[in-house]
Amino acid sequence: MPTTRQLLDSGQVARFVTHGFLRLDGVVPPEMNAEALGVFAAGLPAVPYGTPLSAAFPVGSFARRLVELPAIAGALDSLVGPEPTVDHHFVHTRQPREGSAQALHADALIDLRFDAFDVQLMYFPQDVTEDMGGTLLVPGSHLRRTNESDTGRYQNLLGQVRLVCPAGTVLVLHHGIWHGGRRNDSDTVRHMYKIRLNPTVPQVRLWDTADLADPAVHEELRRRFPWYEEASGRLEIHNRIRVWRALTADPEFDVDHWATRISNRPTHRSHP
Amino acid sequence: MRQQVLVLYLNNSSLDSPVVGWARYDGTGRTRPTTGDGDEPPYRTGVAALADGWRLFQAAQLIPPFPGAEHETSFLKHEFFFDKLDGP
Repeated sequence: MPTTRQLLDSGQVARFVTHGFLRLDGVVPPEMNAEALGVFAAGLPAVPYGTPLSAAFPVGSFARRLVELPAIAGALDSLVGPEPTVDHHFVHTRQPREGSAQALHADALIDLRFDAFDVQLMYFPQDVTEDMGGTLLVPGSHLRRTNESDTGRYQNLLGQVRLVCPAGTVLVLHHGIWHGGRRNDSDTVRHMYKIRLNPTVPQVRLWDTADLADPAVHEELRRRFPWYEEASGRLEIHNRIRVWRALTADPEFDVDHWATRISNRPTHRSHP
Repeated sequence: MRQQVLVLYLNNSSLDSPVVGWARYDGTGRTRPTTGDGDEPPYRTGVAALADGWRLFQAAQLIPPFPGAEHETSFLKHEFFFDKLDGP
């Protein structure tokens, strides 16, 4: 695997599998952040579902330059691989003092895939302060099988992330992450540009795998989050193991014997 | 008479286990709770809410996993609804 591009390492991909997102702070340069608000105001061209990324955004366009920034291109190469297709893109806006937040939700439909996933980019062109309604994220929620806003009853979960970030920050999200635009209690309009990308190749060992055996990978994959119930938290680790096995094409991979223990069916007879 | 509702999500099915999530709805109109409005739980356990005067009126049932989906995770399981009544 060439490493000339800014590919993710195994620890970063394990973090993505565990948390359901990666955070790239301030990776978009100030001149693009300044340009973004005008681009959003003018309106972004519609992109038909399933358009190859290279065809969706003309060379030199704002969106094309955004996804070609080395840190973003490297993350996309590592997670969805070469030439993904654009599912859709949209600018989300939270108006000042709008009074309420979005219901906690996952995008699209309940999604049963363990061996494939879509990636969503969330780009924040402004500094996002605490009162501007930065996106709420629930780390480790992406493998839960819930449908869209059926989670709307949950207002706060222990260990949630209420995004505060510098201008030019990009989140790279697993499609299943629970999230929502928070109530904007400031006097400033808050923008977020989202692009959803679908893979077109098997998502197997696409990143820089030189550190695949690093103990940090196991440490990441066994992580608990404060909002997990004790029992369901164990299932979350088990389900991450299923994802990691698919991503690495290693059917024997395990963490703390969770998957091995419950699949053990001895075939040899015991000695008389 | 106005109802205030508190929903607590607990670490296991016991009412004295730790709070892992929460929501509030206020029929008095004095507060406007919403999604992502705080990082600190209002109580440490369900019993702590009882001790502060909240009345439990619903607890999640214990339902066996659906056959074939025993390893799937979905909604939070241990949901407890409390209320307080306000006014005459």
